[in-house]
Amino acid sequence: MFIGFGLFFMVGARNYRLGSAARMGPAYFPTMLGGLLAVIGGIVFLRSLVAKGEKVAALPLRLLFLITLSLLGFGYLLQPIGLVLALALLIILSAWAGHEFRLGEVLLLSVVLVLLSVLVFAKGLGLPFPLWPKFPG
Amino acid sequence: MDLQFLHNLSLGFVVALQGSNLVYCLIGVLLGTLIGVLPGIGPVATIAMLLPATFSLSPVGALIMLAGIYYGAQYGGSTTSILVNIPGEAASVVTCLDGYQMARQGRAGPALATAAIGSFFAGCVSTVIVAMFAPPLAGIALKFGPAEYFSLMVFGLVAAIVLAHGSLLKAIAMVLLGLLLGLVGTDVSSGEMRYTFGIFELTDGIGFVGVVMGLFGIAEIIANLEVKEAREVFTSKVGRLMPSKEDFRRMWSPILRGTAFGSALGILPGGGALLASFGAYALEKKVSRYGSEFGKGAIEGVAAPESANNAGAQTSFIPLLTLGIPSNVVMALMIGAMMIQGIIPGPRVMTEKPELFWGLVASMWIGNAILVILNLPLIGMWVKLLTVPYRLLYPSILVFMAIGVYSLSSSPFDVLLMAFFGILGHIFTRLECEPAPLILGFVLGPMMEENLRRALVLSRGDPMVLLTKPISVGFLIAAVILLGIVLAPAIRRKREEVFVED
Repeated sequence: MFIGFGLFFMVGARNYRLGSAARMGPAYFPTMLGGLLAVIGGIVFLRSLVAKGEKVAALPLRLLFLITLSLLGFGYLLQPIGLVLALALLIILSAWAGHEFRLGEVLLLSVVLVLLSVLVFAKGLGLPFPLWPKFPG
Repeated sequence: MDLQFLHNLSLGFVVALQGSNLVYCLIGVLLGTLIGVLPGIGPVATIAMLLPATFSLSPVGALIMLAGIYYGAQYGGSTTSILVNIPGEAASVVTCLDGYQMARQGRAGPALATAAIGSFFAGCVSTVIVAMFAPPLAGIALKFGPAEYFSLMVFGLVAAIVLAHGSLLKAIAMVLLGLLLGLVGTDVSSGEMRYTFGIFELTDGIGFVGVVMGLFGIAEIIANLEVKEAREVFTSKVGRLMPSKEDFRRMWSPILRGTAFGSALGILPGGGALLASFGAYALEKKVSRYGSEFGKGAIEGVAAPESANNAGAQTSFIPLLTLGIPSNVVMALMIGAMMIQGIIPGPRVMTEKPELFWGLVASMWIGNAILVILNLPLIGMWVKLLTVPYRLLYPSILVFMAIGVYSLSSSPFDVLLMAFFGILGHIFTRLECEPAPLILGFVLGPMMEENLRRALVLSRGDPMVLLTKPISVGFLIAAVILLGIVLAPAIRRKREEVFVED
């Protein structure tokens, strides 16, 4: 429950600060909106204090972490290690986040998806992805 | 119904029947049906995923294909609702109620046929509605100045808030947050950077596709992974397809009502297929003579929402094509697609690119016909697809999303954005905040600011300009009334009733 409150408050406060700190001119519109949002955020926050809502369950941290990590890994490693390896990493990491993890199945899935992606995106649509790691020299 | 109308439609059919466009239409509706069948991926994520790929297509082809995905998904969703009690797509949740019951009574065939007939009928009618109402509306819109546009957008956003699920306050907060996010980047009038925190990639604003995929695609996957996989596939025998005479007798008026209701809702901002099907079901339950049979396999409970969601899906193109204002998230994506092609959505599209406009309209009708012809025989195949376990499905979805987003600008930044908004989206679902109003605000934010500024420049800083122009004040009053209605206690209860019924 407190996670929920904290977040809402943060969203409201963050926007308020942004709104007020900006200069006039280009800042006119955002300031107006920021103020409005802060007010509404405050009301929502106060109401949630009064009302006895259900508890907001804890976030599935492991899941969030793994999915995010798999995506970021893909994004930042694509250029250095190439499409094939980056994709395999994405698939294996994200599959690991699920309930069941069957190694054989995931490996097979990786092979199929990587092949498909290479064919469709790199060859078919001609997107400029490096396929393999660039070895020095 | 003058000659001009026929001339326009024939132009549309000529465009839509061109070989390549026909193929795109076919691809679109097939893909749409596919993702409609598969739970865990909806039209929003799919269209967002395909946006980068439409670079290479012709503008007409791209729009035809994306539109096909949207209404194709409505078809696909109904199939799985009826056969396996799994709504493949949010708009067909209510079809489960009676459709699945019909299937359990061995009447899966007639239920599927009813859904198809209803959808097809609604598709035909709403195509005509689009063709008839769009040109006059666009004519009016051409006369709009910045003040009118600003007020219209205020009205649109208020409508989106009113029609969102859950808490009003939260919906308002989401719209505002969306508007603010939309302002990130280079300020159009002064060229100054706003809220970019010195990050180079943010100078062009926050990437739209990344935001949508994160909020809808990634968040959806996380939500699905949280609950344990418990999916049973019950393949009932489809049986004979043709509904009986009695069925036909009972189905036609719900189809008519559903179509009318869905068409009306589709035009409203914030409406579209989802709301249309829920509303139509509730309405039908009230007015039908067979109201007590609802939930136990009443054919009306399939006919009405299925017609409504298809009608709503198509008429939601009207505000997009005439005013350049999206009425729901899918339409916001269509704006993105048009921008990619260098087309500025709005009333001018119709006069400057008639082949695009009428081609799209005609393709909707063709797409619907393809759906009816293709879908009934292919049902078996779609059902088989359901046996693919989610643990194999979601990494595949992630792969396509990651590659799609990455290829937008060939930089990891968009992937980062997507991941960030995925987490944010998950937190929003936890807090029962709907992401849809945020997206609408996000798209409209820059447009609203620009129009407000221009209006104020023209009036030399006098904000009364919004209240002295008749059309502008009309929209604002309508927005206030709308808010007032929702806040009124009686309607409020009603609204909760409608939304709880799922």
